Amino acid sequence: MAGNKAKDVLLDPVFKNNPIALQVLGICSALAVTTKLDTSLTMCVAVIFVVAFSNLAVSLIRNYIPSSVRIIVQMTIIASLVILVDQVLKAYAFDVSKQMSVFVGLIITNCIVMGRAEGFAMKNTPMVSFLDGIGNGLGYSFILLTVGFFRELFGSGKLLGMQVMPDAYPNNGLMLLAPSAFFLIGIIIWVIRTFRPEQIEEA
Amino acid sequence: MSEHLSIIVKSIFIENLALSFFLGMCTFLAVSKNVKTALGLGVAVIAIQAITVPANNLIYQYLLKEGALSWAGVPDSNLEFLGLISYIGVIAAMVQILEMTLDKYFPPLYNALGIFLPLITVNCAILGGSLFMVEREYTFIQSVEFGIGSGIGWAMAIAALAGIREKLKYSDVPHGLRGLGITFIIVGLMAMAFMAFGGIQL
Repeated sequence: MAGNKAKDVLLDPVFKNNPIALQVLGICSALAVTTKLDTSLTMCVAVIFVVAFSNLAVSLIRNYIPSSVRIIVQMTIIASLVILVDQVLKAYAFDVSKQMSVFVGLIITNCIVMGRAEGFAMKNTPMVSFLDGIGNGLGYSFILLTVGFFRELFGSGKLLGMQVMPDAYPNNGLMLLAPSAFFLIGIIIWVIRTFRPEQIEEA
Repeated sequence: MSEHLSIIVKSIFIENLALSFFLGMCTFLAVSKNVKTALGLGVAVIAIQAITVPANNLIYQYLLKEGALSWAGVPDSNLEFLGLISYIGVIAAMVQILEMTLDKYFPPLYNALGIFLPLITVNCAILGGSLFMVEREYTFIQSVEFGIGSGIGWAMAIAALAGIREKLKYSDVPHGLRGLGITFIIVGLMAMAFMAFGGIQL
């Protein structure tokens, strides 16, 4: 039973309850880094790390946080983790961190991190919260990598910097610009909802 | 003069925070269902942005930058790594102060904007504005202009999106696209329209 719950917590956010496609969380810092697959990959790892550990930390001290200052406490934990990620990236992957410019810092205001800390970690035990963090990070990564894959493939004909498309393929510059990211996410949401009709909103 | 104008125009149209940097998307999509609330939120963002970007600029210039503490007799300090945590602290504090000031002195305005203010702390557009200010090494005056301009740009984008979404109620959208999906596609089209401003140089 316990194993089952852990699995649900880990896998639910990937398709069933995807933080981006269903809860509209965390798109802010997501789209700008998806022009290339390797920046998307770095972003995913960074976000998974931050969500998982902020969930763990918040959950560990959840009984000691007075509820009136909880937002500030969560912010401080998240900001410290993001500073850690930022410093590590600057030290070991300077080029990538340069390309991602301000968007590493923006993980702080990524609504997924805040939302999970507030909505899940404040009410659950550390271990489950940690898994929930990883699960939501994976759900986020799933969308990010899909978008990054298509944008790099069609935008510059490459994957992870290697030429994939034949030379005759003219690069589609639009894919590298902002609008295409919106279109792609719109289409991904459409696909997910076609397979899971219960998610359709009656708007 | 033209240099100052160019920062404002650039931050409103060409480098619109919402449509070309995807900042503040969460609130952008969540609070754009009708024009009135969208405008309320837009005004709140302009106000906060105009205060926090210059405030963070001062903090960066006089406390965090490499060698910035020389006035205190510590010439080779470099506290840049504390940047993120200080900016977010300033933003959270400013939002709180603004909320209390409005509550005390301008109750009608507080009632209109009140619910949006806490939302703004976690709005990426605000933190993003401060981070861009640092990355582009704006001076204090430039940061005031950038703060106001980017706030106006964001407010304009959310008001426009809300207007489109209000009309959208009457259209027949494919089932799977209803709600969030079609909103993304609309934002994409708006971003494309804004790209038309791209070549403008002042």
